[in-house]
Amino acid sequence: MPVLEQDSELLQQFANGDPGAFERLFRDHQTEVYRWVVRIVRDPAAAEDLTIETFWRIHRAHARFDPQRSFSAWARRIATNAALDHLKSRPREVALVEQFVAPASSDPVVQKDVRERTQQAFCRLPAKLRIVATLALIEELSYKEIADALGISAGAVKVRVFRAVRQLRSELTRLGVTP
Amino acid sequence: MNNDEEKLQSLLKEALPAINTELSRDLWPHMLRRLDESASSVPWFDWALATLLVAGVAISPHSILLLLYHL
Repeated sequence: MPVLEQDSELLQQFANGDPGAFERLFRDHQTEVYRWVVRIVRDPAAAEDLTIETFWRIHRAHARFDPQRSFSAWARRIATNAALDHLKSRPREVALVEQFVAPASSDPVVQKDVRERTQQAFCRLPAKLRIVATLALIEELSYKEIADALGISAGAVKVRVFRAVRQLRSELTRLGVTP
Repeated sequence: MNNDEEKLQSLLKEALPAINTELSRDLWPHMLRRLDESASSVPWFDWALATLLVAGVAISPHSILLLLYHL
């Protein structure tokens, strides 16, 4: 996400509850918030709703915002929490499939099946692990960047990635896919 | 990242392909609607307070005098 820093006067006006300052910040940051959220939830419609939800939380919390700090970083953390709440609220994929051993094959049908099983295994990860797996393994962000967005240490991110990989591998093996 | 993790990563990337991250429309009108809705809605604790008052008056009609005194 490109860092788009605002002038301190605008941020101070926002912190004081100025509606015009909020609108300006919304217009300036909606795209970066959306881009961040859609990378996590991987659903454009949900990401739009979550962008609105993020700014709604920002609007409610304006008095707690410190104008000396980065608005982008604050917004990103709120957006991450909103995305996490969204992932938690969705029921995890529970459909059971028969045990299946995918042979090493270039058959497109088999490849499609492996993709579906991988998606299924991924959806079964708890939200906290899925979010770090998405950002670290798919989006290839640094642990530091993920840690800042989640408000945890880089060490904690590393642990969560490790647990996500272990759980994914176990689930994939159960589904008959050998990673 | 070790070899196993790299294999898992490539499997994930294949299963969950890149998505379009461009925002296709301005969300400000939706934000305004959300702000308007919240401004016009009555908070749950106001409803709870009103319910308590009505229940109190129903149980003890004389309490209405006390309530009016405080208003």
